[in-house]
Amino acid sequence: MRQLSYSEAIREALRLEMRRDSNVFILGEDVGQFGGCFGVTGDLWKEFGEDRVRDTPISETAIIGTAVGAAVTGMRPVAEIMFCDFLTVCMDQLVNQAAKMRYMFGGKAVVPLTVRTPVGGGISAAAQHSQSLEAWFTHVPGLKVVMPSTAADAKGLLTAAIRDDNPVMFFEHKLLYPVKGDVPEGEYVIPLGQADVKREGSDVTVIATSIMVNRALEAAEALAAEGISLEVIDPRTLVPLDEETILASVEKTGRVVIAHEAVTRSGFGAEIAAIIAEKALDYLDAPIKRVGSKPAPIPFSGVLEQFVLPGSQDIIAAVKELV
Amino acid sequence: MEKEKLVDLYRQMVRVRQFETKVSELFAQGKIPGFVHLYIGEEATAVGACANLRPDDYITSTHRGHGHCLAKGGDMKLMMAELFGKKTGYCKGKGGSMHIADMDVGILGANGIVGGGLGIAPGAGLSAKLRGTDQVTACFFGDGASNQTTFHEGINIASIWRLPVIFICENNQYGISLHQSKHQRVADVADRAVAYGIPGVVVDGNDVMAVYEAVGEAVKRARAGEGPTLIEAKTYRWHGHFEGDPTVYRSEKELAEWKERCPILRFGKHLVEMGVATEQELDTIKAEVDNEVEEAVRFAEESPLPVPEEALEDIYA
Repeated sequence: MRQLSYSEAIREALRLEMRRDSNVFILGEDVGQFGGCFGVTGDLWKEFGEDRVRDTPISETAIIGTAVGAAVTGMRPVAEIMFCDFLTVCMDQLVNQAAKMRYMFGGKAVVPLTVRTPVGGGISAAAQHSQSLEAWFTHVPGLKVVMPSTAADAKGLLTAAIRDDNPVMFFEHKLLYPVKGDVPEGEYVIPLGQADVKREGSDVTVIATSIMVNRALEAAEALAAEGISLEVIDPRTLVPLDEETILASVEKTGRVVIAHEAVTRSGFGAEIAAIIAEKALDYLDAPIKRVGSKPAPIPFSGVLEQFVLPGSQDIIAAVKELV
Repeated sequence: MEKEKLVDLYRQMVRVRQFETKVSELFAQGKIPGFVHLYIGEEATAVGACANLRPDDYITSTHRGHGHCLAKGGDMKLMMAELFGKKTGYCKGKGGSMHIADMDVGILGANGIVGGGLGIAPGAGLSAKLRGTDQVTACFFGDGASNQTTFHEGINIASIWRLPVIFICENNQYGISLHQSKHQRVADVADRAVAYGIPGVVVDGNDVMAVYEAVGEAVKRARAGEGPTLIEAKTYRWHGHFEGDPTVYRSEKELAEWKERCPILRFGKHLVEMGVATEQELDTIKAEVDNEVEEAVRFAEESPLPVPEEALEDIYA
């Protein structure tokens, strides 16, 4: 199959949806001629023009507010927030406006809005450009939360997100942008709410999101040499969450590690752990282990940053405590 | 302006006044739960502004939104039922006073966040522009909201993209308890238009014709693709920030002075003096509106409450 990078796959989804539906447009900082801070929107402005690939001022509140207003009046905006850390600047428009409009108005509004934003550390971008804040948004009824780990998933899930009639938070990982993978050509949609078993195994289930899926697959490879078999599950969407696939794997292995790059404390892993404890406790042969960032802001210097961020060795260590 | 339209402006202001007066009574009787923020005293602003709008134009409103909703063509019965928390209300009892919306007549919602609509209105403007229509969006907000992020970011983005938005600041002198002189250095919010390279206009918000004309100019500019305008309507709320507010921060004298400038009395007198209507005709309008309000209350009182489980519906499309 044809290979694309994660960012090329995202751009392809945007291009195809913009061709398919004239109501789809992009807005964000430096998304036009500049091509996006991480180059994701690239040359889209050449094909669609600056009306549909709109450069905005550095005004995150206006970006999301404008997107919300356009969405409730018939458009299908895709807003880019340059770093997920900057979502703090536009929280009201996301949490109090976009998420609740439909509900507050008795189901009479649709808010077909997609917000794309990169998460993650690993590039010495320090504390205000490296966070993974996805869990905040899973806490807000009315929002959907998507977090792809592969190029193909990014294409298929972004297509579904754009077509969805709800506000969807789409979290990309900045280290994944150059990573290539097989990506189906043409229209490709992955319904929101379907987990993917990235590797089948029998001893321990690793439920991982975003770049930690890659780390989990590295761990699985290393542990296979020692005769330990990991099953790696990527929920792909956190809201709605495919509990069935997760619980089926827990039933099979009886041992669980949950891995995400966000700070472990109150991360989405806590929610997954709680679901497993509530619904599959009887299948567990060992305590649930969580792997995530240490409870510190993401530091600048590489040695500090690597100490705070989780890696495959942390997954391996967690697995070894279980088997 | 023809006679029918003038008389209709009067009627619309009376509808807002009588609706709000009834809501105040019902709230005091405990029939309406939650918070209500009443528009009494400010009627000329919403009515004068919305008289320029078509049904397919948009408005964004505020926590003090009943007047905007009625003036833009909202259904009084559905509003009252919503205030009662009934299933038949605009939002099926899920929104209440601060979240009334009617997508069918372009009411993109009251808003519980001060300045919330200033973020959303440019988006409605952009939508009209991208869809190639000549719809405009009127964005109502208060003097208090003019210190929020959304004021700056929203007006700035609307100005750079020349969006068809009319920003209407209802300067009712107070951001909750804080007098304007204590919450901003400028005396006229409209002065801030300079910062965005757009026209800024101050208008007597208690003069319905003045508001009508000022907003009319701005609507004309917006429909012609000439971009947004910032209009500041100087007005005053007779009641507190919310019903039950003891209003310790203002004097009886100040209130009395503003009551002298009642937008409805003034315009009624004007209509009589101009020979457009007789006192008797105006009294008939009041009586008709009283009936309309009573009917809305009856509808609300007789309507069923929602079923508890409906709380879990309408979260996602």
